Amino acid sequence: MMTLRESLEILAARRGQRIVITTMSSAGVWPSLSDTPLDFTYIPSAMGQAPPLGLGLALAQPERGVIVINGDGCTLMNLGCLVTLAHHSANVYLIILDNGLYEVTGGQPTAGVGHADFAGLARAAGIQRVYTFDKTDAWRAGAAEALTGAGPVVVWLKVEGRIGQKTPKAPRSMTEQITRLRQVLGVKP
Amino acid sequence: MLDGPSVVAALQDCGVTHVVWIPDSDLGQWDSALSTASGLQLLRVCREGEAIALAAGLHLGGRRPIVVIQCTGLFEAGDTLRNILHDLHLPLFFVIGVRSYYAHKQGASTDSCPVFTEPILRAWQVPYVVFERNHTAGDLAAAYRQAQTKNQAFAVLLAE
Repeated sequence: MMTLRESLEILAARRGQRIVITTMSSAGVWPSLSDTPLDFTYIPSAMGQAPPLGLGLALAQPERGVIVINGDGCTLMNLGCLVTLAHHSANVYLIILDNGLYEVTGGQPTAGVGHADFAGLARAAGIQRVYTFDKTDAWRAGAAEALTGAGPVVVWLKVEGRIGQKTPKAPRSMTEQITRLRQVLGVKP
Repeated sequence: MLDGPSVVAALQDCGVTHVVWIPDSDLGQWDSALSTASGLQLLRVCREGEAIALAAGLHLGGRRPIVVIQCTGLFEAGDTLRNILHDLHLPLFFVIGVRSYYAHKQGASTDSCPVFTEPILRAWQVPYVVFERNHTAGDLAAAYRQAQTKNQAFAVLLAE
């Protein structure tokens, strides 16, 4: 098992010039690893909707990939997104950080803890490139392959759950985030 | 009367790039025209909240999507609609089929869809207009252009 921070450090080293959308637990850590206009903290969010948001960005900007960092709880809330991702050819890299918990609400277990097979779900949805890592060294060794090449890609990372975490906040307002992102993408307001 | 080819022509004329949708039996008649339209991409999703989030991503990335769903999907997608329209302030345009609208108007249906669609849009602070049989694709284009000019979210409710 790896820590949340370890998993994200490895991802940050491999993200390149892709857009990174963070949600829930990852949103509390990612800004300390990367805080550029291409980093989009999806807070406030509609839980479960970061993957389609990322898919839309990837379809709009096909030359630039999008990494979506989702929790297991977020993913369970919108499992249909796996089918939607599989249906569209787009460079979306969905990272599922699975700690078995609703961490930001105090650490209550999800309905999928211990039995939900996110890799199996992704494959069954039709996603061809699916990776699973539960140890830091393995993720470090496999990240380059997982994050290279065409999407959609699903990476299931099993990470340690944390109890007592505060609900994360975005480093800046949503309006400012959108303005920064659009500027760097060359999109007119 | 809105049919697939006239809707496609209107959307193309407006510069719409993507239609993100889950059809109902009325909207579904546009499938053939939408899926073969040049310069207009039809994107299929699994649930209506996804349609709104996907359209939001397209909008953030500089495209001009619209969302086409049935009112039942609107009911399901409330949290996403709230987030995208009121937290991210993205002015998405919707075409929403209202199931049993005419039958309800005639007192010939117990379907609750027409009872709740307009109050829910008002609750979510989404301006809208109801299109009945006399409305045309030109009216749809005009509604889209007006929403774009005002930079505001807007819904066309399609009476079914």
